Amino acid sequence: MAVSSDTVKTIESATGGDYKYGFVTDIDMDFAPRGLNEDIVRFISAKKDEPDWLLEWRLKSYRRWLTMTEPRWARVRYATIDYQDSYYYAAPKPKELLNSLDEVDPELLRTYEKLGIPLGEQKVLAGVAVDAVFDSVSVATTYKEKLAEEGIIFCSFSEAVQTQPELVRKYLGSVVPYSDNFYATLNSAVFSDGSFVYIPKGVRCPMELSTYFRINAENTGQFERTLIIADAGSYVSYLEGCTAPMRDENQLHAAVVELVALDDAQIKYSTVQNWYPGDKDGKGGIFNFVTKRGACRGVNSKISWTQIETGSAITWKYPSCILQGDNSVGEFYSVAVTNNHQQADTGTKMIHIGKNTRSTIITKGISAGKGQNTYRGQVKILPGATGARNYTQCDALLIGDECGGHTIPYIEVRNPTAHVEHEATTSKISDDQLFYCMQRGLSAEDAISMIVNGFCKQVLMELPMEFAVEAQKLLDISLEGSVG
Amino acid sequence: MAKKTPLLEVTDLHVKVEGKNILRGIDLTVKAGEVHAVMGPNGSGKSTLAHVLAGREGYEVTKGGVRFQGNDLLAMAPEERAREGLFLAFQYPVEIPGVSGMNFLKSALNEVRKHRRLPELDAMDFLTLAREKMRLLEIDEKLIQRAVNVGFSGGEKKRNEVFQMAMLEPRLAVLDETDSGLDIDALKIVANGVNSMRSPDRAIILITHYQRLLDYVVPDKVHVLAHGRIAKSGGRKLALELEKKGYGAFGQSDASVAA
Repeated sequence: MAVSSDTVKTIESATGGDYKYGFVTDIDMDFAPRGLNEDIVRFISAKKDEPDWLLEWRLKSYRRWLTMTEPRWARVRYATIDYQDSYYYAAPKPKELLNSLDEVDPELLRTYEKLGIPLGEQKVLAGVAVDAVFDSVSVATTYKEKLAEEGIIFCSFSEAVQTQPELVRKYLGSVVPYSDNFYATLNSAVFSDGSFVYIPKGVRCPMELSTYFRINAENTGQFERTLIIADAGSYVSYLEGCTAPMRDENQLHAAVVELVALDDAQIKYSTVQNWYPGDKDGKGGIFNFVTKRGACRGVNSKISWTQIETGSAITWKYPSCILQGDNSVGEFYSVAVTNNHQQADTGTKMIHIGKNTRSTIITKGISAGKGQNTYRGQVKILPGATGARNYTQCDALLIGDECGGHTIPYIEVRNPTAHVEHEATTSKISDDQLFYCMQRGLSAEDAISMIVNGFCKQVLMELPMEFAVEAQKLLDISLEGSVG
Repeated sequence: MAKKTPLLEVTDLHVKVEGKNILRGIDLTVKAGEVHAVMGPNGSGKSTLAHVLAGREGYEVTKGGVRFQGNDLLAMAPEERAREGLFLAFQYPVEIPGVSGMNFLKSALNEVRKHRRLPELDAMDFLTLAREKMRLLEIDEKLIQRAVNVGFSGGEKKRNEVFQMAMLEPRLAVLDETDSGLDIDALKIVANGVNSMRSPDRAIILITHYQRLLDYVVPDKVHVLAHGRIAKSGGRKLALELEKKGYGAFGQSDASVAA
């Protein structure tokens, strides 16, 4: 009977067997001593040979962080994190700045190949420039020279600190201040690496830029920082992907992403987040506590966030837009999946400041197993935002009867000309739908995949083509085993 | 002459739903090439029979069995039955938001084709085939671009079922009250579709309350279902007889047979 093979598949996936990125790379690592204090902050800064102003900024952040308490308002539950029981810096040796891929440890190249991200010169992804971040440092950036011809700067954050100090100093912390929130402040103190992008005036970036984040080391927090500046009239599409090994301990990932769009500039930022979600009993997995914010500083500027969140034990993130420039546009498209014991509290903030600013929020929350999925969003129209408009649509899809979908919108309108719409739906994949599909010859898994993809279509359409297919597969994997 | 294995052989089938006996000993043999009509009043067990054949959960077979092309049908998962060539046209077709009819049917057809060791169809070949069948059933092409059954009228839903049947080319098609709720024009279109499916190696079971459909699709055999048993079997004439006398003669007189 076919049941047996299905059952096996279900059990395999339910036990985490399907998280195919769960391997560990055995590589010689350079660690900072365990724990966190001012010396560690100095250690990290020294490792990176940073200028004094940056060390001071880190220390200021650290001192601020000591006065802050962990936010507990999100609809997620977890045991207290011992911040002294973690490593704040881990880098594969050698840690010198690399000049060419030949100097990258072959073990690292193999790791990324295994993840489907070839970095070798001959095999780079066509049309996509990749910055690969391994634990605390960037190990390789592809297509750098080609981009440089257009004046585009795409490099690791550490490198930018050395080569673009003025830009970094001008924009670092200008969107997410060092004092913003507990995790962002922690990040500001101990951030290790990340990506830096600058698109000059009037340049349309000819390829997708992409960062691939990989946590490998044990007991290590990953604190990367991404800064993207789109100068007047420029355009860039940026994608990040993330994976981590399967471990029984929870690991903290507290990143900060800052986007700045000047006059008529456009930034499209897509995330496919697939950190290890923990096993079927909720053991292990990544705590993904991330602050992402974009400032539409210029007139007619536009920032568009698209996120596919399938991994992590807990996701806490609210990619937001500050719509300062008149006629600026903010968009947020999100698919968040929680299966087994995963929890997600995610959404966005759209802060309308300029005139005729517009924002669109489309979110699809999918819960299966014992997953808990919360949309939390804020739409704020300030007094000066005459003619502001917002459209919000939050849809929740439930699979099974032990999961939950929650919608918590905050709407604050302080200008009478504003137009704000909010729609929300909750639906469930019914036995009738499954039976109907199966009667036509589809397996239950395929039927669910089809229904889920249909449900997410509006968001998946927003992803760059190359990644839409990957995202679709990821959705399938994440939900495998969600029907008994 | 060598005896052909019947396509479907239902033997002494007893089925319970929520602890209640609904089918109490059905015997039914359907050979390839035949069209059978199963008629009966509401609550006689018609839809239960259709659902048990298709493998829906919630039905407990307490006695008897079903063989389909010589194999134990009840041991197969619903999708296996479908791939083996059993098709159920639903009385209430289900809406699937966000999934286009084209995507849905192409996936289904390719599952069936894989099972039959036929090459999968790509989008172009699929569309060519779909257009041909849609013409036959007078279905607007836009229908399969829309989400499956979402916002369809009752008639559109039923026609869509017949269209799916035509695409999947089953060995045995069970039509569960496909005629109910159709006006006369829609009924004719559905009947044409069903007639076009008649073939020496395919069998069709029409489950219906009314004899009206049988004016357009002439059955080889008619069975009257009452109280979970086949109370009487006969030819085409039995349906006409029923139309005159109603189901009263079978101890269930909740509705007339004539439309």
